[in-house]
Amino acid sequence: MAINWFKYSSPASFYFLAGKMIPLFSIAAIVLCAVGLYIGFFVAPTDFQQGEAYRIIFIHVPAAWMSMFLYVVMAMWSGIGLAFNTRLSSMIATAIAPTGAMFTFLALWTGALWGKPMWGTWWVWDARLTSELILLFLYIGFMSLQAAIDDPRRADKAGAMIALVGVVNIPIIYFSVKWWNTLHQGASVSLTQSPKMATTMLTGMLIMSLACWMYAIAVVLIRTRAIILERERHTAWVGELQGATP
Amino acid sequence: MFFWIIRRDLLLAMRRRADVLTTLFFFIIVVSLFPLGVGPEMNMLRTMAPGVVWVAALLAAMLSLGRMFASDHLDGTLEQMLLSPQSLPLLVLGKALAHWLVTGVPLVLMAPVLGIQYDLPVDALLVLTISLLLGTPVLSLIGAIGAALTLGLRGGGVLVSLLVLPLYIPVLIFGAGAVEASAAGLGAGAHMSLLGAFLLASLVLAPWTTAISLRISME
Repeated sequence: MAINWFKYSSPASFYFLAGKMIPLFSIAAIVLCAVGLYIGFFVAPTDFQQGEAYRIIFIHVPAAWMSMFLYVVMAMWSGIGLAFNTRLSSMIATAIAPTGAMFTFLALWTGALWGKPMWGTWWVWDARLTSELILLFLYIGFMSLQAAIDDPRRADKAGAMIALVGVVNIPIIYFSVKWWNTLHQGASVSLTQSPKMATTMLTGMLIMSLACWMYAIAVVLIRTRAIILERERHTAWVGELQGATP
Repeated sequence: MFFWIIRRDLLLAMRRRADVLTTLFFFIIVVSLFPLGVGPEMNMLRTMAPGVVWVAALLAAMLSLGRMFASDHLDGTLEQMLLSPQSLPLLVLGKALAHWLVTGVPLVLMAPVLGIQYDLPVDALLVLTISLLLGTPVLSLIGAIGAALTLGLRGGGVLVSLLVLPLYIPVLIFGAGAVEASAAGLGAGAHMSLLGAFLLASLVLAPWTTAISLRISME
């Protein structure tokens, strides 16, 4: 059976698709978060070096991953929107930015809370921390540029340009621990080697990452729906929607 | 056409010398404020000098970005440039170069004098000047993207700083790092190579990106 994917590139049909998907992803996020936190707090053993404080990893690492990943996704949708002039892609990019900024802030904040007991300081000017901070600035720049432009088409395209220019920062963050000798520890998890941590810890972390992922999808879809309604408020189908649910 | 743009922009800048001097004096004042703020302790000033000069150069370059396209936008010249059969990236490159000649070069020439205020040794002054010479064109080129995107927006001046300053950070790190590395006896070669790489990459990519951004803004 061939699915006509282009059907859903229309904001009107995507609006209803998103409406059906939001509950699924929300429930998945809640369930995974509950399981992940249970493993994190009750199943995973205490770390012999870092004691109980290491448990912040269960939110810190997923948040940091999501902050980078969401930026790449945002830049990708921006690029598609710019290249194919599709309205929905740009709307999704706009909807991703606040969630990405939130995860970036969360990663920095939990990192500070983790750094205090481990390194004895809230903040160090280390390559990974600095580049993550730049990432936060990039998200804020993207959002404020879009907020400053009244014409939504120009806002989409201008935002897309700045998102694509900023994407150079992502590999820098990712490899900063390898390229520079810094205080931030190297990656504990990679696809090519066996992980350097206990299995239960890893499971908890991965489940929490999935939970963050589901949460991000759900929130982005909700925000996209709001943006669609705002931009399409003059169209017939939104009018019908209002008529149907007074 | 490329040289025509540079000549025209330089001529326009010379007709309004006050604008050029304002940027330069802003740079000088910002650098001179730091010893007043942190105290005239020479050892501390010496270690701070490269960073302070570089941050001031970043701010000065950023302040003058608004002028890069704004006046051409107001009198309609920019529209004619977009319509002209000449390649737009080349025109943008000319404008960015003119911007650098007007704002960047005076800063580079002024930097050694300001370095003396901070009691930098002669070889550090030399490294500082060369790093600025390599770095300030990058500031103009990257800044052109921000200037093009914020063209004609309300609050464009503050917005351009939000967009452009994060992108300036690598230049700042390696520019100021070059002086520190040479002071530590490591040699500034690696930092200079990276600055040169930034310059070449932005020379190729920034005019092109700016041209697209201008078309988006002028639609």
